[in-house]
Order: sequence, then C-alpha cells, then structure tokens
Amino acid sequence: MRPSLPAAVTAVLVTVTVAVSGCSGPAATRAAGGTTVTVFAAASLKATFTRLGRAFEASHPGTAVVFNFAGSQALAEQITQGAPADAFASANEASMATVAGAGLAAGRARPFATNTLTIAVPPDNPAAVATFADLARPGLKLVVCAPAVPCGAATLTLEEATGVTLAPVSEEQAVTDVLAKVRAGEADAGLVYATDVIAAGDSVRGIAFPESSRAVNRNVIVALSGGPQSGLGQEFVDLVRSAEGQQVLADAGFGTAT
Amino acid sequence: MTLACAATLAARGFDIDLEVGEGERVAVLGQNGSGKSTLLGVLAGTLRPDAGRASLDGRVLFDLGPGRRLWLPPHRRGIALLAQDPLLFPHLTVLDNVAFAPRVGGAPRADARARAERWLEEVEVLPLAGRRPHELSGGEAQRVALARALAAEPALLLLDEPMAAVDVAVAPMLRRVLRRVLAGRTTMIVTHDLLDALLLSDRLVVMEEGRVAESGPTEETLRHPRAGFTARLAGLNLIRGTRDGGGVVGRDGVRIDGTTGDAPALRDGDPAAAAFAPAEVSIYLSPPTGSPRNHLPVTITEVEPHGELVRVRGDDHHGHSIAADVTPVSVAELDLYPGRDVTFVVKAATVTIYPA
Amino acid sequence: MPAAAGAAFVVVPLLALGLRVDWSRFGELLGSPSSLAALTLSLQTSAVATLACLVLGVPMALVLARRRFPGRQVVRSLALLPLVLPPVVGGIALLYTFGRRGLLGQTLDVLGVPVAFTSVAVVLAQTFVALPFLVVSLEGTLRSVGQRYEAVAATLGAPPSTVLCRVTLPLVLPGLLSGAVLSFARALGEFGATITFAGSLQGVTRTLPLEIYLRQVDDPDAAMALSLVLVAVAIGITVATARLGERAHR
Repeated sequence: MRPSLPAAVTAVLVTVTVAVSGCSGPAATRAAGGTTVTVFAAASLKATFTRLGRAFEASHPGTAVVFNFAGSQALAEQITQGAPADAFASANEASMATVAGAGLAAGRARPFATNTLTIAVPPDNPAAVATFADLARPGLKLVVCAPAVPCGAATLTLEEATGVTLAPVSEEQAVTDVLAKVRAGEADAGLVYATDVIAAGDSVRGIAFPESSRAVNRNVIVALSGGPQSGLGQEFVDLVRSAEGQQVLADAGFGTAT
Repeated sequence: MTLACAATLAARGFDIDLEVGEGERVAVLGQNGSGKSTLLGVLAGTLRPDAGRASLDGRVLFDLGPGRRLWLPPHRRGIALLAQDPLLFPHLTVLDNVAFAPRVGGAPRADARARAERWLEEVEVLPLAGRRPHELSGGEAQRVALARALAAEPALLLLDEPMAAVDVAVAPMLRRVLRRVLAGRTTMIVTHDLLDALLLSDRLVVMEEGRVAESGPTEETLRHPRAGFTARLAGLNLIRGTRDGGGVVGRDGVRIDGTTGDAPALRDGDPAAAAFAPAEVSIYLSPPTGSPRNHLPVTITEVEPHGELVRVRGDDHHGHSIAADVTPVSVAELDLYPGRDVTFVVKAATVTIYPA
Repeated sequence: MPAAAGAAFVVVPLLALGLRVDWSRFGELLGSPSSLAALTLSLQTSAVATLACLVLGVPMALVLARRRFPGRQVVRSLALLPLVLPPVVGGIALLYTFGRRGLLGQTLDVLGVPVAFTSVAVVLAQTFVALPFLVVSLEGTLRSVGQRYEAVAATLGAPPSTVLCRVTLPLVLPGLLSGAVLSFARALGEFGATITFAGSLQGVTRTLPLEIYLRQVDDPDAAMALSLVLVAVAIGITVATARLGERAHR
C-alpha cells in the first residue's frame, strides 16, 4: 500500500509538533514570569528532592525548581553532552567524577547523604530471612542489582568484604525492579538501599544487617558552572546541606555524610 | 432412480423436489437468483436447508426436519463439483491435482498417479501433467479440473456453469470433451447457455424463484416451453441434420451454412445441428443476391409483439418453425401477415454448427 | 519531500548508531562472554517462542478466519491485545499468572515446574508479545486465500484434517513463514515483558535487549555494538518477509 502524500505530511507534522512541545512545554510554562533553576538528581532522591524543591520555591518567590531524575551515570553523560543544568546530585562518586573531569563543576563536590544496603523481604517473610548470611542459603530466591549499577556495585563490595558468595536468581537493572520482584513475592529477598525500603512503605519489610556498613554509598552534590542559573544552583546545594535539608533526608532513611 | 432431493430454505425462498435417474444428465436453467446455486450448494453440502431429505444411490445425504438431524458432510457424499473457476490447487502439479481424490481415497501414490494420467488422457491434456496450474490457459485448466473431479469417481457430478469463465474460442473444445466424458454419467449441470443444455443434457429443469418451474426431456421442453424463461431461452432456431461441408443438411433437404468453432471434430455425415438467434434473421419479400447467406423460403404463420420487436414465425414446409425478430417499422413497410410467403435470410457467420 | 523526511527520520538514527560504534573493538565487544551469552540465549529463546507461537497461533488464526461465532470480534481484539499493550503491562500480567504467587504459578511450582527467573519465563514473555504477529499475518493470508479451495477439496472426498494438511496449510505457507519470521523478530526484540517478568541473569534470562540496556550504563560501546547486531538482524528479517510477500503475490 502506498500512503497518500497528505497523510504522510500530516504524520510528519504531528510527529514534529509532539516532539517540539514535549521538549519545551513544561519548562516554558513554569518559567513564565520568573526564573528557573534546573537540578539533575539521582532517581533515588526523587521524593526528598521534590520536597526540598518546594521549600526552595517557598523561600525564593518567583523561582521555579525543575528536576530531571534519572540514573546518575545517564545524568552525568547528559551534562557532559551540554544539557543545561544548574546543579547535579549524584548517587555515587564515580558519576560525579565524569562531570568534574569535564571541568563543569563549580567548586568541589560535597557529600550530603549516605545510603546503605538493606534486605527487603515480602511482608510475610516466607523464607524467614534474618541475617545477611541467610541470603546465601541454597534454594532461596534472591534478587539483587546488576554490578553495572550503583546498588549492584555496593552488593559486590559487600560480598567481597564479608566473604559471603551470593547466588542471585536475577540481577536487575534498577532498585525499583528488585523491589517489584520482592513485592510480588517472586523473590524471597532482595538487596536494596535502606531509603528504598522506607519509600516502599508496607509493601515490603526491611531487615537491617550490621555488615551493611562495609559498603556505604556516598551521595554528592555540586553546582554546575555552565548552568544558566549557576548561582541559584549553589543556593539549592546549600539548602540540601542545611539542617532543614538534612532532616528531610534523614526522615527518608539516608545516613549523615561526614 | 439415483438422486432424490427435496429441500426447503426459507431465507432464500427455496423449495425444491427433484429426482435424477441413473446415468441421467440434467441441465438446470434459470435466471440469476432463481435458486440454481442454492440447489448445488444443498447437494454438495456447503449449504444447509431448513428441512428436507436427499438420498444418492440409497445413501441418505441429509434428513432434516422435526426430530431429524442427519447431515452428511461434503467429503462423505460422493458428489464432485466443477465450478466456473477451475480452482486447481496452486501448490500441486497438474498430475497431483488430478491424483488428489485417489490419494485422499487411500490409493498408493503410484496407483493414484496412474489413475490421474488416465483421466488427463481422457480430457486430452496428458502432456500438461508436469505443469503448475499457473502455467495453464483457462481452457486447459478447466479440463484439468474436470479430470480432477472425474478422478474422484463421484456418484453425482455437479457442473456450475463450467464454460462461463472460459475463452469463447476454446469453449467448443471443452464442450466436446464434456459431451464425451459425461455420456452415461449421472450429472447435473447449471448453465445459462441453451447450447450447453442441448448438447450436454437429457433432461431440462427450469427454475424460477426457488422452485422447479418446468422439467422434461431437453429438446421437447425447449420445443414446447411452458415457463416464461424457457420460452425466452428457446427462442433460438434449431435445425437438425447431418454435417455436409460448411453446413448442415436437414433430413428433409434444407441446407444451412454456418461456422463451427471446432471443425475437426465433425466429419461429413456426422449428426449435427445448426442454431441461430431470431434477431439474426432478416426478412425479404423476394430472395436477395449475395453468397454467404442462407435463404429459407417460408410462409408466415404468426406475427406477435416480442418486447420492443416483433417476432415473425415462418413455416419452411419441411417441419421447421423458424422465428425472426424484426422492428415494427419493417413489419409495416414489408406488410407482413400470416399466410404471406417471404424469404428468411441469415448470415452464415451467425449460425453455429455443432455435433448433435 | 515529506517522504524523504520520513525516510531520513528512520535512517539517520541508524547511521548515527553505526558512526558511534567503536569498530576497532567491535569483535572484542561482541565476543565478550556476557555478549555471547546474551546472543545465544536470545536466539534460543526466540526460536522456542516462535515454535510456541506456531503451535498456539495456527489454531487461533484458523478459528478466527474460518469460524463464525458470537463474540468473534471481541475474541479477536483480545487475542491481538499484546500488539498494542505496553510490553511492561504484559510482563506484569504474566507475573500474576505464572509468577510464584500467580494464578497458575502456584500450581506449577507445586508440580516442580518453576517458571519465575528461568528461561521458560523469557520464552513465555516472548511468546506473549510475538503471538499476535503470527495470528494477524496468518489470518490475513487465510482470508485472502478464501475457502473455495477447501470446498473443492471436500467435494473430492477430503475430510477436514486432510484439507488442513494438504490444502490449507500449503496454500498459506508464505503467510505462515512471514508470520513466523515476524514473531521471531518480535521475540528477539522483546524487552519490557522480559525485564518485568523474567528477571535478568546472564545466560538464563538476560537476553540481548536486556544486555544492551545494562551495558548502556557501564559500557556504552558494547551496548552500541550489540545494538548494531540487532539492527542487522532486523534488516535481514525485513528483507526476508518482503521476499516472502512477493512470492505470495505471484
């Protein structure tokens, strides 16, 4: 079948229109009549940073905070490719190094929170998991993050530090995928960040274990020199590191960074 | 009696009761929508009547009605169907198409192929055995389809306008083959072509509005039509006799020249018939000159309106009643009336000669 | 012009991908154990899924194309649902069917047939999303071929099973093959339902698309090399189905 010319034109126009409006729509409306500060932040910070963003807007009338939540490494690449961002909060130091290495950081990146792994089990804990060593039990269906992503790297560190060899049935791409499998009862246990368990509410149960201190993940933040509102970016960084910011993070299960 | 069928199908206004004898060839004629296709569908088993009963060679095909629900599926009826389109299986060779029914019937491959070859020979296409259906002409394909149907050795063969989709030039050839292989075979042929009916059937069944309007021996029925459709159809002029050179000589010496699409099949002295339509006949008061024409001296017996034309019937004094359709203006100009002697003239090119 | 723009819209990203691939390391990137494991697993599971599509899809297509029954349109729409459903939704649906706590999963688990986190789960996810391709392709061919040949075969004494094997299936072979090829391609590209339902473990459930997604995080060069492999397979399949289509129309 040969599509008619008008149909093809329409299709192209629709595609272009959707693409253009999708790119610029929200930012443009939010910016109307004020300034906008753009923050790129790791996906694990979505809940806390959204709250802090509202607080920032309250103390800076006329300023809107726009977030881009994604994997830290993906965000770092977007920034080095020239994405306009005023501040960058990374869930690990490696991704931050990418940005700093490109000379885009305004100053030194500062740690603002830590995150440790915890065991997530279904609410009824069918496999009766109690300790980290339990996770190596034969027949137990354990789901972890893939080593390529930060939570997986932390898992690997823990295995090496404790000498416990885990045999997961799946290495997921993201913490959310691990949680989903635990929540559905597919997995008997999963290794996720403590903050993820708190965010998941009653749908999963968290089991803290002392060995977790041997793989501490440090969240770091910096204002970006190339951003259109770099100054406001620095002010957001300050808010995160303030007592108010630290309280919001602690409520969500983050540890204090030193 | 081989086939007995009584069936009603209210949705199509179909209500029929007919019988076909052993080896009898029945032609079914009728206008579009008169129920011919329904009849074939009911017999072949692709269409289920509301009620009725049919049996073939003592086997019950269906018996439907209050408390009776017998229904034999198509493949167990022993009824083969040759349709307008040959519908040869495109993925099989000509030979394997014809061998299909014997194979399905359980014959070993070699055996089935030998039988297929016999039937291909019977319809004169054996040299095409190795070809694929898309490499055949329309006439060839239809003959292969005929061989395929015959190879099933059906107790009843149904033909649904087998000539309709075939090139005019090859129709006579196919007709001749059909005439030969259908002889003595229990057959029901649906057609709208009078010539086919004449040549390929012993008995005529004329259908109108889902019912049998008329039934009887083919030639007699056409000569004395009762149903309107038969009358219109039977308008064709027919002179029987023997083949002689380019024409037909009647038993009484009347000679008519014509054309044969299939000349080699007829030799001088073979029984033959000449047919021509009344519209092709012109009327002259005195014999005109001009060689390629047939002149038939007649005495007018009837002048009757016939649609927008006038049908003039003439008696040639040899037992033939010949019809001519002319305009009312001609009737007036020539002053035609019963009892007047005139000459009917028909061009040889419009007369069809065929074996009888 | 718009046609050229449309073509460019498809071709340019593929070219961009080709340009970004680190050709000097191409062989090494594809030859890594994780890449090879993903490639092998993808080919194996997709082949099994295609077989499953044939086993399930042929009867479905036959019923949809040949039988008339009340609610046929509804059944048809339901059967084709995976075509328009986001694969991740399909994955969730499969999870609650075949998962350990799912509708059938509990029984299967008791019977000693664990599905979750096994290659079986991958095949189930692939079959789920690929099945409609086979059904649509075959149903269309069945309709275009029509029932007249089948009717003729029946009047020649062939019972329905013989008609199916000797007439219907040979007649629709091009449609069947192109449907199978499309199903294979869809199974090979399946991502959303697999990651949701089957998990991700090298050699067991981590198929090529999952491997690409994962490598994108820590080794983008490998991800691009593997992507190019999928592009090549897709082009090969498109050409093959086009050829089959031509054959069917001759």
